Amino acid sequence: MDLFSFTDEFLIDLGLTLLKIGFILAVTVGFFAPVLTWVERKQSAIMQDRIGANRADIMGFTALGLFHIIADALKMFAKEDFIPQGANRLLHTLSPIIALVPALLTFAVVPFGGKYELWGHQVNLVISDLDVGLLFVFAIASLATYGYVVAGWSSNNNWSLLGSMRTASQMISYEVTMGLTIIGVLMVYGTMQLDEIGAAQENFWRWGIFLQPVGFLMFLTASIAENKRIPFDNPEAESELVAGYFTEYSGLKFGMFFMAEFIEMVTIGAIVTILFFGGWHIPFIETQDIIDTFNFSWLGPSIANLITMGIQVGVFFAKVCFFIFIQMTIRWTLPRFRYDQIMKLGWKILLPLSLVNIVVTGIVIMLLK
Amino acid sequence: MSDLSENLHSDYMTLNMGPSHPATHGTVKFLLTLDGETVIDMVVDIGYLHRGFEKMCESVTWTNVFPYTDRLNYCSAIMNNIGYAEAVEKLLGIETTERCKYIRVVVNELSRISDHYTNIAAAALELGALTAFIYFVETREIVWDLLEMVCGARLTSNYIRVGGLMCDIPDNFNEELEARYPKLDSLYDDVDKLLTKNRIFLDRMRDTGVLSTESMLSYGFTGPCLRASGIDYDVRKAHPYLVYDKLDWDVPIGTVGDNFDRYLVRMEEIKQSFKMIKQAMKDMPDGPINVDNPYMRQPSKQDVYSRMEEMIAHFKITIEGLKPPVGEVYMPTEAANGELGFYLVSDGGGKPYKCRVRPPCFSMTAAMEEICKGSMLADIIPTFDMINMIGGESDR
Repeated sequence: MDLFSFTDEFLIDLGLTLLKIGFILAVTVGFFAPVLTWVERKQSAIMQDRIGANRADIMGFTALGLFHIIADALKMFAKEDFIPQGANRLLHTLSPIIALVPALLTFAVVPFGGKYELWGHQVNLVISDLDVGLLFVFAIASLATYGYVVAGWSSNNNWSLLGSMRTASQMISYEVTMGLTIIGVLMVYGTMQLDEIGAAQENFWRWGIFLQPVGFLMFLTASIAENKRIPFDNPEAESELVAGYFTEYSGLKFGMFFMAEFIEMVTIGAIVTILFFGGWHIPFIETQDIIDTFNFSWLGPSIANLITMGIQVGVFFAKVCFFIFIQMTIRWTLPRFRYDQIMKLGWKILLPLSLVNIVVTGIVIMLLK
Repeated sequence: MSDLSENLHSDYMTLNMGPSHPATHGTVKFLLTLDGETVIDMVVDIGYLHRGFEKMCESVTWTNVFPYTDRLNYCSAIMNNIGYAEAVEKLLGIETTERCKYIRVVVNELSRISDHYTNIAAAALELGALTAFIYFVETREIVWDLLEMVCGARLTSNYIRVGGLMCDIPDNFNEELEARYPKLDSLYDDVDKLLTKNRIFLDRMRDTGVLSTESMLSYGFTGPCLRASGIDYDVRKAHPYLVYDKLDWDVPIGTVGDNFDRYLVRMEEIKQSFKMIKQAMKDMPDGPINVDNPYMRQPSKQDVYSRMEEMIAHFKITIEGLKPPVGEVYMPTEAANGELGFYLVSDGGGKPYKCRVRPPCFSMTAAMEEICKGSMLADIIPTFDMINMIGGESDR
């Protein structure tokens, strides 16, 4: 085949993939990351009987405090980019990037909708439909650890070093639990492709949360621990370690760590939705039903498919928002663990429990066969 | 294995925790020697808020000392006012009126409540529970509203005078109090639910910050921290002052003496204080609030402008100060944090010859080193919160 003779099919595929990448970037970096900073302020304010951010205004309009996002961005751009004396300049600059990129990359294999037939083309709402999607998620997520560890190490600051030591041990411990929890899901659905796992949950009672209830709780716990938010925010524990691994970061480099945390919240929400919460499916309503509802003769099947796609993408992100809400509620309710208690929880409770979960899942699958 | 440990780079890490650290808020520095996260050695370095309180007191009249006492424990300013006023009155040998004593009990207990609110809120905050913090700050705001009604100030209240009070409480004060009880109770319950049975909070507080009873006594622990380890010593019961012996209340006692017991004792003391306030408001008699002696308590402005004797007294108190007899006195009072003692020496002049404060947190801060050695870095936080070191009081 001549490499330079692009077929129409190829061009359309390329266009679609770019569109999907653009969509994901717009949703995560463009929408969720900034808006979540506002949501976190407002939700915590509501939980605590406060008003919350409402000061930033443009010509007197405050837009419920939404302009704080712009103010934050401007502040981060304008701040001095501080590199402490004795720090490793290269690694100090590199580590926020290493921390942020994996959070975005994970979305490459996360489907945000099903497969749709549009004007003769099969559109699969996932950027890259990898056979080993689930393993890809973990492989990439583990890379983020380097960002945090290197950040603390390269800062030439003892608080940062303590923070990065905590990060290393915490993230590695909880990755084990996370990986083992996923095996339960793998056994139930028999595939590692995230879009197939999502498609398998069309029936409400086949949702992961019913088939793997313990796995769901453990996965959510472990992923919050991976994201280092309260009650697992030991690596930054502001009352103990000043700010932990990012003590010596300012301006946009700090902003990248900050953004990584918020994007990771979205990632966690997305993966939990796909694995345990029925993906893009609405309970008790099958995809075909929605298509049939909109399949009027004057519209044509492609438009019906398009509407269904819109609805299901909306449903998917609504579920993601729900899990973000849960993560924020947890963050504003609980105090933080002590470092050794986190380790104890990880290795002595969650790890054995996830092993038991695998065994029990295996036995049940055997018995049902 | 032995080869490995020989080749490993395993020096201790020296770390300056403070004075610019979120947990030490500029008032203290811990010089830590860490092995990983375990505290091997700790040096507590205080004095960042030293203002020369005791020396300042020697240069002003006895009555002018009051504003300085506000700044000792700024979480409960009125308690310091009362401690000082009681000491001067003991030196003068005067007895305040019955109504004055009841009002002093009410504002004293309100201050104790606000101090405990602040302390528990700060502890929750530094353990990451920001919502519990905000809830208790809200209750503290309500209590401060009440104190504002009484004396017009919220933080540095400066309400007590030698031989009386700045002014009487408002007529509708009891109704205002009662109108606020439901909100205070519901917020108290919220925090109670958020913290007391919270497994994470329990894990952080239980079995941390334990010190043997002998050590505690030798360091000079008082207040909630001492009572948490089971020693029943409360100045209000042991050496009753004001009208504490006439009120019906209990002293909460802990068992183990860990941080969680200290927290529980404080939570219970809030309840007991409300009980006392309710009784005191009910039993409060009518009558004058100031002693009937113009040379001890500044007379009212109307009398100063219309009567000869009062005008002379006013001039003498303002210019020369009231003149206690030569002698010395130590007056202990139970502040929110422990025994607050004022040791005063008079040479018969209008200014204190010596005004020494025994702050409750000073001796407890000294014990930080012994408590924290061998524990983890993260344990310093709840321990230090429960010790409740107040810079203004410790450094003076």
